[in-house]
Amino acid sequence: MAIHHIQTPLTPEAVSGLSTGDEVLLSGTIYTARDQAHSRLCVLLDKGEALPIDLKGTIIYFAGPTPTPPGKAVGSVGPTTSGRMDAFSPKLIRAGLKGMIGKGSRSPEVIEAMKSNGAVYFAATGGAGALIAQRVKSSTCVAYQELGPEAIYKMEVQDFPLVVAIDSKGENLYIRGPEEYRKQT
Amino acid sequence: MREITIETIEKQVIPLCLTAAYDLPEDVRQAIARAADSEPSPLGRSMLNQLVENYVIAARDRVPICQDTGVAIFFVDVGQEVRVTGGTLQDALTNATAAAWSSGYLRMSVVEDPMFARKNTGINGPPIIHINLVPGDKIKITMAPKGGGSENMSRMAMLKPTAGAAAVADFIFETVVTAGGNPCPPIVVGVGVGGNFETAPILAKRALIRPLGQPNPNYKYADFEKMMLERINSSGVGPQGLGGRATALAVHIEHCQCHIASLPVAVNLNCHAARHASLEI
Repeated sequence: MAIHHIQTPLTPEAVSGLSTGDEVLLSGTIYTARDQAHSRLCVLLDKGEALPIDLKGTIIYFAGPTPTPPGKAVGSVGPTTSGRMDAFSPKLIRAGLKGMIGKGSRSPEVIEAMKSNGAVYFAATGGAGALIAQRVKSSTCVAYQELGPEAIYKMEVQDFPLVVAIDSKGENLYIRGPEEYRKQT
Repeated sequence: MREITIETIEKQVIPLCLTAAYDLPEDVRQAIARAADSEPSPLGRSMLNQLVENYVIAARDRVPICQDTGVAIFFVDVGQEVRVTGGTLQDALTNATAAAWSSGYLRMSVVEDPMFARKNTGINGPPIIHINLVPGDKIKITMAPKGGGSENMSRMAMLKPTAGAAAVADFIFETVVTAGGNPCPPIVVGVGVGGNFETAPILAKRALIRPLGQPNPNYKYADFEKMMLERINSSGVGPQGLGGRATALAVHIEHCQCHIASLPVAVNLNCHAARHASLEI
């Protein structure tokens, strides 16, 4: 299987060129956000107020890193469970978000929003935080610093290893993959 | 009475916490490497190989294996001939946790008020402590940090006694399959059977710190563990829930006596980073 080298920002062409099961090495700028940051971003969208980050063509990484030790770009930074963001993601996708990185399957509502708006969901390897940290070149807090690990960090990444778990056609590897390997007992 | 100061305990528990965060136990490393070797899914193999690379980097660079450095859980066997001086055992473990999390750049992952403010305590504590009184004049401490992803997928049920082993097996299997990729498979499945509403989950947690693949000493339970592992690894869930064989590295069951009306079962899932470390003072 070919490995796609993808650069941010994600264009509509790049999104539609990715299929479920594809391996991807991602480079460019991504933003971390998890539960509390998602909740705050959606409150701002509801009020029609400006967001602290531009969502257009953007990829959000569901992650909360460990503190950065001196001399390093970032601490350990693997994905967190994406399902907790299911209630918020459709709103962000409708506002321009093109990609999400996390672990675990997504709700039908998220997948519908991805299909209607052309967005893709990548799986990063859960529990590989030390390895992923080596692919992060810099990390800067850009919003909600008071949330600590739950703040929004802007990260420059180089060759971040990912898998297309759900593509913009709604094909879901969390369903297709286990079906393929299930043994009849 | 042997006296042990809380300073003595703190001094030894701080590096214990750091070891648990950076150094995956050898039995777990071997189990992941074996899973990578025998995984039929190419994508699954690729992800398992990332995990192998990850624990090597973590140990070498002293970086946490996972960014979810977890809640600190301590299992403590306290000899009845020991007296802790200068404070309580709880003080010692709370202080050691705070010091380890801050000096080791581990993530503060504990909030004070679960329902409303959800303000970070800033000390990753207080930790969760299970104390067992035992004969002797030593203190044995096992530290097992536990992440939220796998803990959130754990379940408990009060089954009917006549439903028996088949119902227990179905409940364990459904828990694992429903969890899918969320708890970061390949997982370790800890099961507590018997006791009551509060003891079954503690047994399940204790099952997670047993050396991987060491069977239950009771042959019926050992056979059940083996059967469950095979069934779970035929489910197709696979590494990270994306399809394959390596869904679980091991199934460990602990059991104890229970009420004639009850069959409590608790299933505590642990991600592949089955972190724990022990010491004796």
